[in-house]
Amino acid sequence: MSLIDWNKLTITEPPVLPRELLRNFKKGLDGTFRDFSRSYGEALEDFFNPLLMFLKWFQDLLVSTPWPIILLIIGGLSWVGSRSWKMSLGAILAFVAIGWMDMWEDTMATLAIVSVATLLCIAIGIPIGIWMSRSDRVQRIITPVLDVMQTIPSFVYLIPVVMLLGIGKVPGLLAVMIYASPPIIRLTNLGIRLVDAEVLEAADAFGSNYRQKLFQVQIPLALPNIFAGVNQTIMMSLSMVVIAAMIGVPGLGVPVLRAVSNQYLALGLMNGLAIVAIAIIFDRVSQAYGKRLQKHREGDHGV
Amino acid sequence: MVSKVKIKINDLYKIFGPKGESHVEKVKSGMGKPELLEKHSHVLGLQNINLDIIEGKIQVIMGLSGSGKSTLIRHINRLIEPTAGQIFIDDTDVLAMSDEELMNFRRFKASMVFQKFALLPHRTVLANTIYGLTMQGLEVKEAEERAAHWLKRVGLEGFEDRYPAQLSGGMQQRVGLARALATDADILLMDEAFSALDPLIRSDMQEILLELQEELHKTIVFITHDLDEALRIGDDIAILRDGRLVQQGSSQDIVLNPADDYVGDFIKDINRARVLTLGTLPLKKASTKGIALSNNTSLENAMKALVDAKKDSVIVVKGDKKLGSVSMHDIVHAATRSSETAGEAVTYR
Ligand SMILES: Nc1ncnc2c1ncn2[C@@H]1O[C@H](COP(=O)(O)OP(=O)(O)O)[C@@H](O)[C@H]1O
Ligand SMILES: [Mg+2]
Repeated sequence: MSLIDWNKLTITEPPVLPRELLRNFKKGLDGTFRDFSRSYGEALEDFFNPLLMFLKWFQDLLVSTPWPIILLIIGGLSWVGSRSWKMSLGAILAFVAIGWMDMWEDTMATLAIVSVATLLCIAIGIPIGIWMSRSDRVQRIITPVLDVMQTIPSFVYLIPVVMLLGIGKVPGLLAVMIYASPPIIRLTNLGIRLVDAEVLEAADAFGSNYRQKLFQVQIPLALPNIFAGVNQTIMMSLSMVVIAAMIGVPGLGVPVLRAVSNQYLALGLMNGLAIVAIAIIFDRVSQAYGKRLQKHREGDHGV
Repeated sequence: MVSKVKIKINDLYKIFGPKGESHVEKVKSGMGKPELLEKHSHVLGLQNINLDIIEGKIQVIMGLSGSGKSTLIRHINRLIEPTAGQIFIDDTDVLAMSDEELMNFRRFKASMVFQKFALLPHRTVLANTIYGLTMQGLEVKEAEERAAHWLKRVGLEGFEDRYPAQLSGGMQQRVGLARALATDADILLMDEAFSALDPLIRSDMQEILLELQEELHKTIVFITHDLDEALRIGDDIAILRDGRLVQQGSSQDIVLNPADDYVGDFIKDINRARVLTLGTLPLKKASTKGIALSNNTSLENAMKALVDAKKDSVIVVKGDKKLGSVSMHDIVHAATRSSETAGEAVTYR
């Protein structure tokens, strides 16, 4: 059989695979993946079960914690991060407004998934970033993968994730992580690669071993970049909230979806603004913290 | 006192590039740096280096930028692996060391000071100074006590809790010096340690180093591209050109007998009156008139003494022995013949 459908080929139509071949190809791929998910889906679900439990536990914890305590924690964390009373107060007011508009529970669910996703991205992303910084070959292989992860439309990878794990929190979490982990990996790699060669040489000259060099020199010096990566990861996981809601992740994305299908303008707007408020708080606090991290790097004679 | 060789470098070659070894023979049989680069895309770093560095002395290595100074000093603690040759320290073959031995060698035997200070920006002055000590396995508390002592010695008492970025360049390099001294290593490697500093600060740092060396007697390898600095602190000077040692000797040797125009160029602007001593001049039969000065008095000081004493002839003595005499005219002539007679120095070749 020919690989080109000659009957269809004209000056305006490019060469195309015969219809039957194309159909078989798609069917084959679908079938293979379906078989794969039938035989391994359950094992994978078991594998991710602890994660699911943790996510549920964390979300329940947030929801069941009395709201004044949550407000205190929010205010406290903002202060620890930014050392600014204004920022702290602003964060508390934003959450009071969220509660007042009856979005408290959804907000807690969103906070839960975003925090867990960010933590996992950090836990996985930093070691990968370090690995990448150690070898040009690893960097050459991983960089295009990260490019794909960031540019492929989320809906495309939702399909296999849902086929494998069904609808629910874990597949949602995975989808968020696929989208949100590249910045932390990239910036860890970049940060370590940018560490001053002479400082590294000094570490060698004083007899540092691999671990000492990594933990006492490279990671600390890369920290501002790593931190910029954490910040971006948080922002990107927040931006995935609505898409995650499509595959069953509870949170502020759910009412937004409902608002879209029913044309509820106010509902969509309110929940959307709540997401924005959380994003702004996270961003400002983490940026202020990142700045404070490297304050001592600024020339500051005679302090 | 017999001087002991602390660091011995034999027939050292360094060729940068993936197949350095395969080009050593070509370099040995005369291929130069440009040709090696053009025909084989390898960079000739060092060739045929033979250098004995004496224990307790300051060995200066000089040369223009790109002449291989940094490459040479990094061979001593094996931050760079040689392509061919041998390096012995206290008769131990540095190249035969295992990774573990090398690490301990770097921790205990040789420390280093860097051109751009190479401090850790996220650590305070004190925390930077203990770096080498913690690598040696010392407890933080003891390390901090020792580090504080050395910070005091370099004049940084009271600055322990500052961050490097809050200090001037000179002060940062004092931290670099304290960090290196704190490990108590007997070899100190200094790669253009003062080159990044302003002239006045540089001169301060040279003084600090010389003062410390008076009492510490370390073996110091000091790299510079500044001849005044080399003459001021070097006991011995070696001059590198395109990876090759073109001359080695005392500062007097180099000023009096430059080996080629490259060295001649280096010395043409120096203050000869400060470097040369009476002992290096051709002496006449001792006359009785004139003031007596030691043979290692610099010409500058001798001229000043003559003017002050209103005399025009010096009797040069070594201890109680009269070596001969020299006139003011000869001293001035020797001190100033630099630029006009640069051509004469070249005829040596
Ligand atoms: N890692 C390297 N790879 C290739 N060439 C190098 C490398 N390091 C130094 N060189 C070359 O070796 C020569 C000597 O360099 P260097 O020792 O840094 O000189 P200096 O310290 O005297 O300025 C220069 O030509 C430089 O370009
Ligand atoms: Mg150099």
